[in-house]
Amino acid sequence: MIIEEQQRHAQRRPDPDVTLPVIGPSQTFSIVTEQISSVPLRRKMPLLWQITFGIGLLLVFVLLISATYLFGKGVGIFGIQIPVAWGFAITNFVWWIGIGHAGTLISAFLLLLNQSWRNSINRFAEAMTIFAVACAGMFPLLHLGRPWLFYWILPYPNTMTVQPQFRSPLVWDVFAVSTYATVSVVFWYLGMIPDLAALRDQSTSRLKYAFYGVLCWGWRGGSRHWRLHESASLLLAGLATPLVLSVHTVVSFDFTIAILPGWHSTIFPPYFVAGAIYSGFAMVLVLALPIRAVFGLHNLITERHINNCAKLMLATGLILAYAYLIEPFTAWYGGSQFEIYAFHNRAFGPYAWAFWLVIACNVAIPQLLWIPRIRISPKPLFVISLAVLYGMWLERYMIIITSLHRDYVPSAWFNFTATIWDNAILFGSIGLFITLFALFVRFLPMISMYEVRTLLPFSAPDGRSEK
Amino acid sequence: MPSIERDFIPVENLTGGDRECDERPTETSRRRFLELMGASLALAGASGCTRQPPEFILPYVEPPEHAIPGRPRYYATAVPAFGGAEGVIVETHLGRPTKVEGNPAHPASLGAASVRSQASVLDLYDPDRAREVTYLGSTRTWDDFLSAFRLRIEPLRPRNGAGFRLLTETVCSPSLGAQIQAVLTAFPEAVWHQYEPAGDHSARAGAQLAFGRPLNCYFRLDHADVILALDSDFLACGRNSTRMARDFATRRRQGNRLDMNRLYAVECTVSATGGKADHRLPVRYSEVESVARELTNALTSKGAPPSSGKNSAWIAAAAQDLLAHRGRSAIIAGEQQSPVVHALAHQMNAALGNVGKTVNYTEPLEVRPEDEIESLRALMRDMDAGGVEVLLIVGGNPVYNAPADLAFAERLRKVKTAVHAGLHFDETSQLCDWHVPASHFFEEWSDTRAFDGTVTILQPMIEPLYETRSILALLDGIRQYPPRSSYEIVRAYWAGQHKGADFEAWWRKSVCDGLVADSAMPPIEPGLTAWQPQAAADQPGGPEVVFRPDPYIHDGSWSNNNWLQELPRPITKLTWDNAVHLSPTTARNLSLKNEDLVRLRCGARSVEGAVWISQGQPDDSVTVHLGFGRTRGGRAANGAGFNAYLLRTSDAMWAGAPLAIDKTGRTYRLATTQPQQEMAGRDLILENTPEGYRRDPDFVSRTQPEPPKDESLYPTWRYAEHAWGMSIDLTACVNCNACVAACQAENNIPVVGKEEVLRHRAMHWIRIDTYYKGDPERPTLYYQPVPCMQCENAPCELVCPVQATNHSSEGLNDMVYNRCVGTRYCSNNCPYKVRRFNFFLFQDWVTESIKMQRNPDVSVRSRGVMEKCTYCVQRIREAEIRATTQDRRIREGEIQTACQQSCPTQAIVFGDINRPDSQVSRLKAEKLNYALLAELNTRPRTTYLAELRNPNPVLKGEGV
Amino acid sequence: MTENPIYGIVAEFADPGLLVAAVAAVHSRGYRKVETYTPYPIHEVEEILEPGPERRLPRLVLAGGILGTLTAWGMQYYIAAIDYPLNIGGRPLNSWPAFIVIMFELTILFASLTAFFGMLGLCGLPLPHHPLFNLRRFALCSKNRFFLCVEAADPLFEVLEVADLLAGLDPLEVSEVYED
Repeated sequence: MIIEEQQRHAQRRPDPDVTLPVIGPSQTFSIVTEQISSVPLRRKMPLLWQITFGIGLLLVFVLLISATYLFGKGVGIFGIQIPVAWGFAITNFVWWIGIGHAGTLISAFLLLLNQSWRNSINRFAEAMTIFAVACAGMFPLLHLGRPWLFYWILPYPNTMTVQPQFRSPLVWDVFAVSTYATVSVVFWYLGMIPDLAALRDQSTSRLKYAFYGVLCWGWRGGSRHWRLHESASLLLAGLATPLVLSVHTVVSFDFTIAILPGWHSTIFPPYFVAGAIYSGFAMVLVLALPIRAVFGLHNLITERHINNCAKLMLATGLILAYAYLIEPFTAWYGGSQFEIYAFHNRAFGPYAWAFWLVIACNVAIPQLLWIPRIRISPKPLFVISLAVLYGMWLERYMIIITSLHRDYVPSAWFNFTATIWDNAILFGSIGLFITLFALFVRFLPMISMYEVRTLLPFSAPDGRSEK
Repeated sequence: MPSIERDFIPVENLTGGDRECDERPTETSRRRFLELMGASLALAGASGCTRQPPEFILPYVEPPEHAIPGRPRYYATAVPAFGGAEGVIVETHLGRPTKVEGNPAHPASLGAASVRSQASVLDLYDPDRAREVTYLGSTRTWDDFLSAFRLRIEPLRPRNGAGFRLLTETVCSPSLGAQIQAVLTAFPEAVWHQYEPAGDHSARAGAQLAFGRPLNCYFRLDHADVILALDSDFLACGRNSTRMARDFATRRRQGNRLDMNRLYAVECTVSATGGKADHRLPVRYSEVESVARELTNALTSKGAPPSSGKNSAWIAAAAQDLLAHRGRSAIIAGEQQSPVVHALAHQMNAALGNVGKTVNYTEPLEVRPEDEIESLRALMRDMDAGGVEVLLIVGGNPVYNAPADLAFAERLRKVKTAVHAGLHFDETSQLCDWHVPASHFFEEWSDTRAFDGTVTILQPMIEPLYETRSILALLDGIRQYPPRSSYEIVRAYWAGQHKGADFEAWWRKSVCDGLVADSAMPPIEPGLTAWQPQAAADQPGGPEVVFRPDPYIHDGSWSNNNWLQELPRPITKLTWDNAVHLSPTTARNLSLKNEDLVRLRCGARSVEGAVWISQGQPDDSVTVHLGFGRTRGGRAANGAGFNAYLLRTSDAMWAGAPLAIDKTGRTYRLATTQPQQEMAGRDLILENTPEGYRRDPDFVSRTQPEPPKDESLYPTWRYAEHAWGMSIDLTACVNCNACVAACQAENNIPVVGKEEVLRHRAMHWIRIDTYYKGDPERPTLYYQPVPCMQCENAPCELVCPVQATNHSSEGLNDMVYNRCVGTRYCSNNCPYKVRRFNFFLFQDWVTESIKMQRNPDVSVRSRGVMEKCTYCVQRIREAEIRATTQDRRIREGEIQTACQQSCPTQAIVFGDINRPDSQVSRLKAEKLNYALLAELNTRPRTTYLAELRNPNPVLKGEGV
Repeated sequence: MTENPIYGIVAEFADPGLLVAAVAAVHSRGYRKVETYTPYPIHEVEEILEPGPERRLPRLVLAGGILGTLTAWGMQYYIAAIDYPLNIGGRPLNSWPAFIVIMFELTILFASLTAFFGMLGLCGLPLPHHPLFNLRRFALCSKNRFFLCVEAADPLFEVLEVADLLAGLDPLEVSEVYED
């Protein structure tokens, strides 16, 4: 029976990779719908969720306290100085933005490639993107000397008649990140409309009915709706794919446009994008594996998904390794004494520990992913993903600090040491991310129901059985 | 909050200010009351208050009736300093002295101003100054004091004042001398003692040996081809260094730099002079004397062959060089060297026939030169004998800085009535019955002498801020009641001195010019005594301790000056602390590293200090600086560094041995503004010798080629009207840091404190980078002043998201504080790292008196904004406005940046590079001209002239 | 029986296959105002029913994109070169290479927003209430049921004929839906 379904399924939707099933056996519309919608609608959250949420909230308070103190005292509470005028804040910004990338990539890029396996993970991957971008978005503000004037970076008619300076990568950042945030939200929401309608229809109380009813704009699932919905999704996917590649490129401009040895390098855009996707997939796994376990979604998030994510991590990781390799080469080949010193200093200077940790976390450890068994066994995967996330944060830290602390004029050289507030803000942002994600899991369908339905065998038997 | 305050100051200037003046008598009490309530709106008025002294004082440039509010007024006066006063011109805004400049007419200044002169204005506004008369700590009035004091000394009259003692610092002020004489005539049995901790003891004793009497000796280095410094830091912080540095640099640039003088330095501690020397010989303090002997023997051809010491080659070469330049050489003995070295220096100069040419002698500057140590000892003896009933300590701080073995503090208790008059309520005041607050020399009339005896009549430019009196008035009050004002006293004295008619015109002119014409003492040619140095005493082994006055806070009398505390010391770049300076080898032997806390022991006395390994320090020689470790010095002084006076004894004023160094195992953080002093093999400083330059004039353009201007796809910007630029001559810079101090005063640059310096957040807009090169035991030192380069292709501007920094039509790299949001990206992208950021609210928005110092033409930056060198744009604008109103172009040299103005060696030249005739254009046209990091194509407007050193060919390899 | 005008007749199917067959049948009878309501997009149905205004969406998006590009370039050129020209690091006023990034970003932004709101607009959303919602079982259409509606607006619409026709297509249920 199941086999037939698989075959029919295969006939209906040719799938390149059927070694592992995209979706567990004997699923039906109603089971799927019940299962997914039950989380936001009925179920009392499991203990693990509550603990995670609690930790998240705690860290959010840490964030609030630090931010208050920061605005009261000034950015001097951080370890930054001249020459190292950028520290944790910018590191965190780049890190979070990078993490966001996987979400968009899964939802947009894989949609264009017609990778149906994405359907059961794209929803929370997109949510991850949005929350990551939210976390990233704080930092450019937090690191300002006069944060209350942040809006001067935006073009708007004002009595000073002074406007932003469009040659500055920071202004590009503002546009890139805000565009990215907007498009991600739109795309995410667009995809959720049919499911919100489903929630409306499943809802048990008037309040929930009204709530989801408004959120889904009165979606009816008519063929015209579906057609428009699909073409809009495809268009957005087509737009989001170059966008996601551009965002980290622009972020990398923050460094490449500067003339600092160790920053001023043309390889940065691809290098940063690869790193971003790398860390992004690591985060997807860090989120997917526990959720899958906690809410028993093994039938929807199958080994196939995990395996593919792991493969993508491995691939992007290798691109990154190549970048690590080629950077010092270009420095050496370029022959500028400053460049050469910068990379020598990276590997053997005061921050060598960071450099070698980065190599360990981002290059060495992920090589385990060559082993197929590891790619589908949650625990090792989880650990490797955490290592990659840490490694990627450290990479940005290394790039920023080591290039700044020893640039051109030795008399200005000085080492950076983080303060407690640097760490408070970093962990605070992680807390914010956890909290937002926990809330998302609680109140919104974390898996796209209608897209999962399309994965189900063409005609389901339960229709008659329920007659 | 700050913004509110800022908004109010100008308002108060216009309204509250004048109101405040009318009710001046209650001023002080009201201010104190309000200060207790913290900074308040009403009080801001005090900062705007015009406090003109009642007497008729004479502005430097225009007659007072032409006073225009908002336009600064300039008054000539002088800053009394060790070894001769420095003539200065004080800029005042609405009656508030804000900036001290050198007086071009004054021989000791020639327009430049030393670090201490620059900072003296901050001393005036020091919020920790003593503000009222106190008796055992409780407030009294001046009349209370005068009557109480008279009650004390009237009983002494019958005994002709026996038991009345007066203790002052070295007195060079004629009128003060006259006052003291008057007191002594009134009380014939009274005794006047002088003691200055870092005074000219050795010089006087040396002259005594060589000539049989103390004499004043000064140098004319502009005539010296070969200079030998015997442990003398005459370029940066010796006596009269401002003038000597100028003469030295002038001579060094002679003949298009191809005919340079040559400087040999023998020294036991690394000084700015040693770093500048063409040949530097590090020897222990005690060995300097033997080096001097060998030299003397070599020069005074007494046949004694140069001993085969490890330095004999060096000494022989130096001697040869000196002999080759008879009458055109100079041998300078350091103030801290032994009398014998001074005497030998006199003999050598005489033997070389330098006297009257490069070395001049005059009668002493001191009113009564004496052996001050002996004078102090005598006082101590009498205290023990109970012969001292009334002790009036005028200035100075003997409890803190008297030799430790004299135990001044204990003996002071034996005095019935002790009175201390001084600027601060300090360690001494604490142990005296009375403390009477003295006025700052910008608040009172006085007079003083420069190195050559030139007299300056000090005029006040502000009414005393607090209920203080001048020393003159105080001493006058001892004899008569009511005491005369300092004005009457000084004027009366000079009326007495003045010969010839029309005293009034003479007085006006002298006060106005800031010096009394032809008052320099006539040079004399003293005959040498038969004195011969007895055979060298065997030098004690083991480490010796060497005491040096701090380059900036000197003997501690300036130690509550924030600017001086935070000003990086010439070589080490240390701030806020003194340190135990060790040579790398010594440190290695004792297994010590920087910031290790060690205990120094001289016999029973000991003190703890942090180690600083300084390259070029001789082995087994430990240098410590005086003036730190104050306990009652004020907020800046207290707790800064350790008190080296605790080791200092009257028989070893400048060096003590043997010394024990014990590791404590603890560490103590030292705040330096330049931790990295190696150049990491980068061509930041180009150097050559005159010969090398002659042979290969293009060596600069080969090593630092500037990319051609037209190598761009885009049209380059034109700067039609003016194009401001700067040229810095590395050959001339002597690392005195006067430019840094001047910049700080001119541009309202905040002081950040030790903690922030440790975080590398010091705010100085210009810094003097100091690099070591070569063997750590005998390194070559390099100095490089680095202000903003004002790049034409400024990388900082490109990355600012809000256009807070952009280019003016005159090519200035402007910084718009109001627009800055503080991304700090500009600093990241500045290859020279000259930008400074207000990480916190570094500016003092609260202290009223400090507000009075601020330059109203420069905005006071608040938290979260970037700032940097502006080429003193306020001065440029002022000149432009002046030129416009007078319908003319700006004259060449009309605009001077603060750093340029204060530079004693004129190493910094600023001007319009659009004018081919301007000095800066001519300098930039020189072949030595190069841009820092030119290959980045930032096109700096600030460029450097490569450094030329003039080593003796004979001494090749002998480590410069 | 209610007085309200009839909106259409709805047939409910348990199986997408039956729905597709039904659509084909109804369509072959010449009914044009026919609409299906399904839990997920069924392309077979879309192949039978003629496309509506949705064809216009891509062109709208293209227009939005171009508008974004022009806006970005215009804004930057005006601000940097006309409104307040400043010498920034010796660079030309119209540093167009530096402007490209923002031109790209605004292109994407405008296009994406056009796609989203264009889709809603062409769908006739938001529409909080619709006659079909009167049919209680219609809630299942977002779960596991497939609905076919022949609207009264169709010129050939005749209640009994349509009802018979639909009843013959093996639906779970056929019901009339009324306007309200």
